Amino acid sequence: MPRLWRLEGTIDTDVLAPGYYMKSPLPELAKHCLEAVRSDFSHSVNQGDVILANANMGVGSSREQAAEVLKYLGIAAVIAPSFAGIFYRNAINLGLPVFTIDEVLMDIPTLVDGAKVKFDFDTAELQILDDATSISLIPFPGFLKELILDGGLVPHLEKRFQTEGSSI
Amino acid sequence: MVTLAKKLLSKASGQSKLTAGDIIICDVDLAMIHDSGGPRRVKPILERLNRKVWDKNKIVVVTDHYVPADSDETRAIQALTKKWVKDQSIENFYDEQGICHVVLPERGHLTPGIFCVGGDSHSPTGGAFGAYMFGIGATEMAGVLATGSIWIQTPETILMSWKNQLPEYVTAKDMMLAMCSKIGMGGGRYQAIQYAGETIRSLPMQERMTLSNMAAELGAQVGLIAPDETTIAYVEAAGGQVPENWRDFQIETAEKPSNIINFDATNLSPQIAAPHSPANADDASEFRNIGFDVAYIGACTGAKYIDLVAAAKVLRGRHIANGITLKVAPASLRDQNRAKDDGIMQVLQDAGAEFLSNSCGICAGYGEDRLGENQVCISSTARNFKGRMGAQTSAVYLASPYTVAASAVTGTLTDPRLLLGE
Repeated sequence: MPRLWRLEGTIDTDVLAPGYYMKSPLPELAKHCLEAVRSDFSHSVNQGDVILANANMGVGSSREQAAEVLKYLGIAAVIAPSFAGIFYRNAINLGLPVFTIDEVLMDIPTLVDGAKVKFDFDTAELQILDDATSISLIPFPGFLKELILDGGLVPHLEKRFQTEGSSI
Repeated sequence: MVTLAKKLLSKASGQSKLTAGDIIICDVDLAMIHDSGGPRRVKPILERLNRKVWDKNKIVVVTDHYVPADSDETRAIQALTKKWVKDQSIENFYDEQGICHVVLPERGHLTPGIFCVGGDSHSPTGGAFGAYMFGIGATEMAGVLATGSIWIQTPETILMSWKNQLPEYVTAKDMMLAMCSKIGMGGGRYQAIQYAGETIRSLPMQERMTLSNMAAELGAQVGLIAPDETTIAYVEAAGGQVPENWRDFQIETAEKPSNIINFDATNLSPQIAAPHSPANADDASEFRNIGFDVAYIGACTGAKYIDLVAAAKVLRGRHIANGITLKVAPASLRDQNRAKDDGIMQVLQDAGAEFLSNSCGICAGYGEDRLGENQVCISSTARNFKGRMGAQTSAVYLASPYTVAASAVTGTLTDPRLLLGE
């Protein structure tokens, strides 16, 4: 059953993808994802888990691996009151769903670390299974939703170029 | 309200009337990539898309991250970079010439009015030249390299309005840390920040670059400065092409009155930002009896020619304290050579500085010189996030090159005016 990872403090790109492991392949880098703040994360995270982070999620460098490791580790959605711009763009371009949440909803008592949750991309709804609370998140504007559904920018462009024909 | 950001985006998108929030597609005039986020990451994507780069003349490649290459892995990255540049017939390739954000303008690639993307988070540096330049990740860069265009959400402009002149030994870096402290790292809301007012207009280009560079730390997409005669003189000297209509971009307006944040340079003191955020800044004089292991003058933010000159003003005739090391990594080879010709490098060396290569190095946590366990550093760089410059247990204080140099002399965090006199 997917769980919620509620992260404290500000999560920056160095915490998500530490500089020292940046030269390593993604699976190795992923082992160190969030280790500075949650040493239990990389070995207990499961497919479909949801991250709830504080404002300005993903602040820091443009390193795309910060979003890529989360997708690799199976995160179904990253939710935060606000995102750092580059991280937000990177996440969408890699097909990692990122959603903003109204700051006041962060105070819902059952929205705790370890809560059993279910996330629905189509409806942008987060269900907290313990008390059957459902939180409606702000959906994507137009074509960004399509881009994520295509699996990110590259599959999206692949589709486009297949229609247009190759330039080479 | 017509803002500089909207003026630039109108030109790039061909849409005359833009409202903040509009999602538009812009044509890219210049795309800059480096060895870390560049060829090794975009090559497989372009291959998958079966595309070559859209316009080789609009692409600049710089090696600055894995420099010097010190392992088989990093040597392979550099070899791949060189081969890709050759395969794509890209002529604008600067191999180990310095850090991309400094190399790009010094080689005349930036000029007022153009729309640029960079594969690095400090790409807003280009905003100092009146260009719309921002950082993107490698996948998005591959999309740009394949199509020559990118989507963007038209930002609001937040105006950082500065009046009066900076006191002596107070720099753009101090202005920046004060702004980080005032509005916080998320304060830019991924909108356009613009630095304006008489203080800004009296700054030389390399100081303006420090402001635009750290728009990233304010959480803004870009850090713009309207072009003036200082900008034009720099661009012309660098061999860049100044557009005839550059005065059209002399706009200093905010989206709305509530987006204007006022600052007075008169009473600004040297600033130090405590670990682990640039927003933890306060007057340097508030930091007493705090020792450290390493003083670092480096990075695109803090080791340009003008930064080396500042450090040398403090270090001339002085020596660093016992028990600490001072490491200096000049931001570009050209700046280093100029500093050598002017005797600046000799002053730094006589004071006990060790020199590192013209690359990102410790600032990005790369290479063998990165901080060890529990090491404390005072640094002229842009970021002091936990673990950024090395071990997770290391800690970094940020300051201007004056303050870093003064601290290196005393061995504790020091307001440079204590040594230089107010």
